Amino acid sequence: MLNIRKSGLQTAVQDLGRTGFQRYGVIASGVMDPFAHRIANLLAGNAETSPTLEIALSGPVIEFEADHFIAICGGDLSPSLDGEPLAMWRGHFVQKGSVLSFGEPKRGARSYLAVAGSFDVPPVMDSYSTYLRAGIGGFQGRALKNGDSLKTLPISPARLNALKNQNAQTPDWLIPPARYHEQPIVRMMPGRQYALFNETSRLRIFEETFTVSANSDRMGYRLEGPELALEKQEELISEAVAFGSVQVPADGNPIVLLADRQTTGGYPKIGQVASVDLPLISQLKPGESLKFRHISADDAQQLYIEQEQQIRQLKIAIQMKREEWT
Amino acid sequence: MEFTFSPLSEQALVIETGTIINKESEQAVRKLSSLLEKQAPDWLIEVIPAFTTVTVFYDPCRLKQAEAEQELRLLIAKLDEVEAPTPRQIEIPVCYGGDFGPDLSFVAEHNGLTEEEVIEIHTSGIYSVHMIGFAPGFPFIGGMSEKIAAPRRKSPRLRIPERTVGIAGMQTGVYPIETPGGWQLIGRTPLRLFVPEQDIPSLLRAGDEIRFTQIDEAEYREQEAKLDAEHS
Repeated sequence: MLNIRKSGLQTAVQDLGRTGFQRYGVIASGVMDPFAHRIANLLAGNAETSPTLEIALSGPVIEFEADHFIAICGGDLSPSLDGEPLAMWRGHFVQKGSVLSFGEPKRGARSYLAVAGSFDVPPVMDSYSTYLRAGIGGFQGRALKNGDSLKTLPISPARLNALKNQNAQTPDWLIPPARYHEQPIVRMMPGRQYALFNETSRLRIFEETFTVSANSDRMGYRLEGPELALEKQEELISEAVAFGSVQVPADGNPIVLLADRQTTGGYPKIGQVASVDLPLISQLKPGESLKFRHISADDAQQLYIEQEQQIRQLKIAIQMKREEWT
Repeated sequence: MEFTFSPLSEQALVIETGTIINKESEQAVRKLSSLLEKQAPDWLIEVIPAFTTVTVFYDPCRLKQAEAEQELRLLIAKLDEVEAPTPRQIEIPVCYGGDFGPDLSFVAEHNGLTEEEVIEIHTSGIYSVHMIGFAPGFPFIGGMSEKIAAPRRKSPRLRIPERTVGIAGMQTGVYPIETPGGWQLIGRTPLRLFVPEQDIPSLLRAGDEIRFTQIDEAEYREQEAKLDAEHS
């Protein structure tokens, strides 16, 4: 059990998202940085699909009511255990009574905390993700509050002990952390309505720098930069959008749609961020900036396949290291 | 019927059944999404039907975009064998005006009508659900009389209670969950449009035929209590 002494800015249970219900208008939700979430789970000995805690900018203070095995991946929000800095991208055994806290956000905006055995929350529509606006999923359909108790699923003492011993005997455990740049270059495919934009806009989107506005959240990041416009104003017929769709409302400022995006939208889409680069955007803080670089759908797919292979290899490497010591 | 394909992303293809919203393009969307539901290939992740498009999300590790298109075209060849689901007829009871519909007077004034006339017109139409989207269970409804059309509010409300019935331009709709929004609010229904505990979490589906009927506040309270009790 985890005692939430302080909730932090927004700490909520998420998984890889609610799949299959978007046709009913149910948004996907899920983690903003799927890569960090998956690695955190693997390091904690969980399935990649297990729920983690998504921690945004100003992190929580969490007391562990029992011995646990945890991993924290994602943006560096200066985690510490009982006052001692805690290394990210590796597993840690934490003793009953230990207190996890966070400090200054150093790089990135979101951390993922995985606990071995994972959290005991009921699935809603096949997912553990918190759908804040509808008040369903995750922990009671909401972000954590001060004083909450988040239950974990039981893990056998033998398993916990094995994780602890193997971890202690593996000093070079560190997984190469994902690189979150301050001014990332984000690869983007031309969007469905790219050709409807005027020539200046079509050039500018791939050349100029855009800044994340303060008015940005899990639903989408509003970007400020050169104004973008259609060749001629026209009303579009609403259609599906995706994680990373870049739409441009009439005010000319693009919005990158993220985890809590609506299922459909009627604004023209100038681009679509390559899936492998989504964490680069999700980990940006308001005020930080980015540039887009053109990529074809085929190349973006190739990158996706390569990343899946990389994650599979990491998974095998983690398993092998564990087996060495059993 | 000729469908066009284009990528939404490296893991989604948009199939366009037409370039304007009409019976033909909507019917094709319904048939296609029903076919994909019934004969879902194992590489298929998710389908999002809209007005004139069906967007298909697939596993990008399993097949390339061109292969996905080819597979989908093979499925589409069977489209003529598919019957579009028969439209269901659904009645939506609404308690108009008062606290539930604070903009009913605006809609009346804007159109030079009395509040009663607005209700009369709103309840006399037969509407159809074009698609579900924007919010869970939110229906895009067509068929409203232009006599009660009204522009969106200049400054959107931060919170519109769930179950609220509104008008925006030529459209009427019902908010399934509390949302910010700029619609003119004319009433509230006791029905729950978003039912997360059911296999199909949306009361309405694309293709449904809808009628609005007027109920008073006592009936509203009674029906709301009854429906909430069934789901708790």
